[in-house]
Amino acid sequence: MTDQATADKSATKSTRRVPRRRSRLGRWVLPTYSWLVIAYLVFPIVIMIVYSFNKVTTGLQLVSFTWNGFTSLWYRQWSNVPGLTSAFWLSIRLALVATFIATVLGTLLAVALVRYRSNKFRGKVIVEQVLFLNIAAPEIVLGASLLGLFVTFNVARGFVTLVLAHVMFSIAYVTVTVRARLSGFDRSLEEAAYDLGANPLTTFRLVTLPLIMPGVLAGALMAFALSIDDFVTSNFISGSSVPFPVWVYGATRVGIPPQVFVFGTAIFAVGIGFALLSIVLSRRQSP
Amino acid sequence: MDQVVSTDRSRSVEEEHRRAGWGKKLAPYILSLPAGVWLILLFVVPLGVMMIQSLETCSPATGLCVMTWHWGELPSQVSLYRQQFFTSLAFGAAATLIDLIISFPIAYWIAFHGGRRKNFFLIMLLVPFFVSFIIRTIVWEFILSNNGIVLTFLRNQHLIPSGFHVLGTSYAVVAGLAYNYLPFTALPLYVAIERIDRRVLDAAYDLYANRRAAFLRVILPLTIPGIFAAFLLTFIPAFGDYLNQEILGGTSNTMIGTVIQDSFLVNLDYAGGASLSVVLLAVSLVGIWLYARLLGSRAIEEYL
Repeated sequence: MTDQATADKSATKSTRRVPRRRSRLGRWVLPTYSWLVIAYLVFPIVIMIVYSFNKVTTGLQLVSFTWNGFTSLWYRQWSNVPGLTSAFWLSIRLALVATFIATVLGTLLAVALVRYRSNKFRGKVIVEQVLFLNIAAPEIVLGASLLGLFVTFNVARGFVTLVLAHVMFSIAYVTVTVRARLSGFDRSLEEAAYDLGANPLTTFRLVTLPLIMPGVLAGALMAFALSIDDFVTSNFISGSSVPFPVWVYGATRVGIPPQVFVFGTAIFAVGIGFALLSIVLSRRQSP
Repeated sequence: MDQVVSTDRSRSVEEEHRRAGWGKKLAPYILSLPAGVWLILLFVVPLGVMMIQSLETCSPATGLCVMTWHWGELPSQVSLYRQQFFTSLAFGAAATLIDLIISFPIAYWIAFHGGRRKNFFLIMLLVPFFVSFIIRTIVWEFILSNNGIVLTFLRNQHLIPSGFHVLGTSYAVVAGLAYNYLPFTALPLYVAIERIDRRVLDAAYDLYANRRAAFLRVILPLTIPGIFAAFLLTFIPAFGDYLNQEILGGTSNTMIGTVIQDSFLVNLDYAGGASLSVVLLAVSLVGIWLYARLLGSRAIEEYL
């Protein structure tokens, strides 16, 4: 190796064949740079967690920009802001309902798109284009157009319209995620089930579903994350029922109670827990 | 006896096949019906309603709209809010460019040198998404505020004058946009670089390419679809975003999203808001159409 390297160096540029694969760039500069970027991405999250332990010195219980000392008071009084707590539970309920519906509908659509070519499934190209457009369109247009629809047809805004909207923007993501996992699916396993006398429904339940379950779960997680974090669409159509991000947005005008950071920290902890769990599980599955 | 049973069975199998044949023919439509209906009623129809609404005239007092085929609404709204459109375009483009520059090296490093910890690094790239979008932006307001840790530190070191501020400026808005949409850029780039066949790179080296040539003439051209996907997936949401501007910006750099939101929720001017949304959609569609034209409509899904 060292001989080779010295030989390379002494040779003229035109005759050099294989460059050293790991230059200083690959060994020092890139890793240092990458860790700096990761630090930049993590930095605001650290600030959020730290400030969820910040004391409040003024009469109003609002977070302040300066550090006043450590307290775990906000964790003990996490439910002391009634509007915030109910907004949080509304978001959880909304995300659960929307995730369930979007996952079922999106998975069925993904199965249809993977299984059938466009000669058996007319309109497949249009479906794909609608999904593509749904993902790529700016969210403010989705929210504004939904409000226009509900206003035109005089639909009262509330939990139901929120579910309708959240399922709408989640379906495409679920379908794309499930389809990615489905494309490597071994159809002969289903044929074996048919040969053994299983009807289509039994085959789907006992063979297909368990096999595509990782993809379905990934799609469901995606839908849940999209729903619980959605601000733009929800702000347009929430009406009387206010989800967590919309409540926090409203609070920015008057001041933010420290409990917001407590909820933020809790959501972060649960989310990162799931993510790390999925890494561990995928390692175990493919050693 | 045996004979009878076998013919009986063969008949029932035949019948099952016929029924299965019908089922098979209808299956794709039945499977896609629920999602299709949902998307038509709540995605396609609203876009149509929005286009119709942009031709109506609405009363600001009651919010009631009457169809007047007012074609002038769109150009008059555009010229009225030209400034906000330009601001949005400029902020979106600046944030996207910054994100591309920041994330290319890290995407490259994870793809080529990530080794067994690739998944860990990818989660670290996604880490901002585990905190609510709105909370992330509020925390940046904290960090960049005059009494926040960054400016206080710099002021104490006498690196900045005492009147220096960041909040309210365009820099703060672009910084917030760049932070919030960085994962949308980094992940497509990672997917594109990861997908490069290492043998092609080896071939380049075998053909006497140095690192620079290999990068410029092999890696970069092969990642162009990914760069385009990253650009679209970052620019379109950043262009329509208004939360960063409302929290981090001032009154002089309002983006078009704020105008649309105010038209719908504050001024009850649905026609005006719908017109502006149509323009916003059209700008995005140009990008989407170009992408689909050059690389196919399924191609972008590979980067999600």
